[in-house]
Amino acid sequence: MNVTFTLQDRTSRTVEAEPGWKLMEVAVDNAIPGIDGDCGGEAACATCHVYVASEWRDATGERTDLEQAMLASTFGVRENSRLSCQIETSEELDGLSVEVVGS
Amino acid sequence: MTPASVVIVGAGAGGAQAAASLRQGGFEGSISLVHGEPGLPYQRPPLSKAYLLGRLEARKLLLRQEHWYAKQRVDLVLDRAVAIDRAGHQVHLAGGPSLSYDHLILATGSRNRELPVPGAHLDGVIGMRTRADADELAGRIREGVEVVVAGAGFIGLEFAAVAAAHGAAVHVLELADRPMARAVSEPTAQFIRRAHEEWGVRFDFGQALTAIDGEGRVTGVETGDGRRLPADLVVYGIGVVPDTVLAEEAGLAIENGIRVDDRLLTSDPDISAIGDAASFPSAHTGGRVRLESVQNAVDQARHVAARLMGTSIGYDALPWFWSDQGDLKIQIAGLAEVTDSAVEVAVPEPRATCVLRYRGDRLVAVETVNRPGDHVLARRILAGTGGPSPEEASAPSFDLTRWHEAYGLAPTG
Ligand SMILES: Cc1cc2nc3c(=O)[nH]c(=O)nc-3n(C[C@H](O)[C@H](O)[C@H](O)COP(=O)(O)OP(=O)(O)OC[C@H]3O[C@@H](n4cnc5c(N)ncnc54)[C@H](O)[C@@H]3O)c2cc1C
Ligand code: FES
Repeated sequence: MNVTFTLQDRTSRTVEAEPGWKLMEVAVDNAIPGIDGDCGGEAACATCHVYVASEWRDATGERTDLEQAMLASTFGVRENSRLSCQIETSEELDGLSVEVVGS
Repeated sequence: MTPASVVIVGAGAGGAQAAASLRQGGFEGSISLVHGEPGLPYQRPPLSKAYLLGRLEARKLLLRQEHWYAKQRVDLVLDRAVAIDRAGHQVHLAGGPSLSYDHLILATGSRNRELPVPGAHLDGVIGMRTRADADELAGRIREGVEVVVAGAGFIGLEFAAVAAAHGAAVHVLELADRPMARAVSEPTAQFIRRAHEEWGVRFDFGQALTAIDGEGRVTGVETGDGRRLPADLVVYGIGVVPDTVLAEEAGLAIENGIRVDDRLLTSDPDISAIGDAASFPSAHTGGRVRLESVQNAVDQARHVAARLMGTSIGYDALPWFWSDQGDLKIQIAGLAEVTDSAVEVAVPEPRATCVLRYRGDRLVAVETVNRPGDHVLARRILAGTGGPSPEEASAPSFDLTRWHEAYGLAPTG
């Protein structure tokens, strides 16, 4: 499956992802700038913030409670904000497109 | 001038991030990352949390997947650095040929302080630092096992929570009068202690472990007040010592770790030091500090990478930290000292707390349990100018979010 990251400089990068990994892990493994994943995916750091493209919002599901609480105070939060460590990749998400927010 | 070759010694959180940030910043020279432990570089925090609980598969413990190193042109050198030749700009390895560097980054981390008591060598006495330690511990925690934890710091308590969840009988011995005495305020410490007691963890404060008994294997421990506690397993977390061996032998300045300036340079301008191993002048306390956290290691790595690529500002990232214990998510923003005062904020949830730390009237840190929103906000407030005054925070109706909405945008608090 593929995922496209739109970077802060507006360029985009499409990378291959193996289902079952967190979107944050996919980004870190592909050296996507602006997604740091400092806490290792525990929803503790908010260094993995992305905006999910509108057509993918249903498929990526709801924010978890912890994520919701973190995002509520995060800078630049929007309705389509997610912590990418709380999204697990799967074949259903093939083609997923997100924008990197950066911290 | 940007160097042509960078050698990084130590592939923990800091070393791996330095390599990643150099490439992300467009560094085109060679990068050698010297990794002295078995296997690929891995994350430490899950060792005492999800990994120990068996909730994290081994490959997800890795800092980067195997293919990353080749793709990022990072030469992962599986060897130990044994000496630095500063005049010749070389790092000598235990096994392979020496590595030449234009710039060297020391990210050697820290090691567990060993238990200074008789019997510390017995089978079943284990510190918690490496993947090998966690694998060994995971094999030994079972229902009914008697566990003594020496030291009620973060790692000791994370381990205690996991062991208790597995049905082990856990007894924590701590010299100080409360858990995490160095790291958090009295109210936060007591909140965490109560949670552990609910999980069945027993505490003895003001109590030293004086000896470990057993023949070959541990069978019990002795305490300062002359008691003997049965034990199948003794886990110690009594602090760490920075790994300064290489730096010291190379004649670099040492002061509670490898001494660096505000740009994270050692006393040799071609050598930087980051992470657990380095002590630096803190923009937040005004004094020299050495921190043991992922944030500190990775932010310092990013700083050094940016400096090597040409920016030259001082390092001033806001420290933050997290720890997971049972259902408690503990987060700390900022840096408090033991003498800083504490204002406990009333929060509606029973299993949550928020404590503001003050030096005089200045907000210096915020400790939260299960209040992730307050933590994120606290990081923003502490990185900016001004926070709520101690008087404001003491009001019964105080709420950090509401305060921020009302005053957070003002130039000074
Ligand atoms: C069990 C555990 C749980 C933790 N939980 C948290 C947490 O929840 N949150 C948090 O913020 N922090 C946590 N920490 C702390 C955090 O992991 C460390 O602060 C961080 O790893 C420091 O990174 P570092 O790169 O400085 O050093 P390290 O991660 O210690 O890495 C240093 C590496 O250098 C290697 N090395 C040393 N000398 C040489 C040499 N001569 N040649 C080759 N290699 C060498 C070492 O073997 C090691 O692999 C935890 C630590 C432990 C042990
Ligand atoms: S990686 Fe830390 S919140 Fe997502």
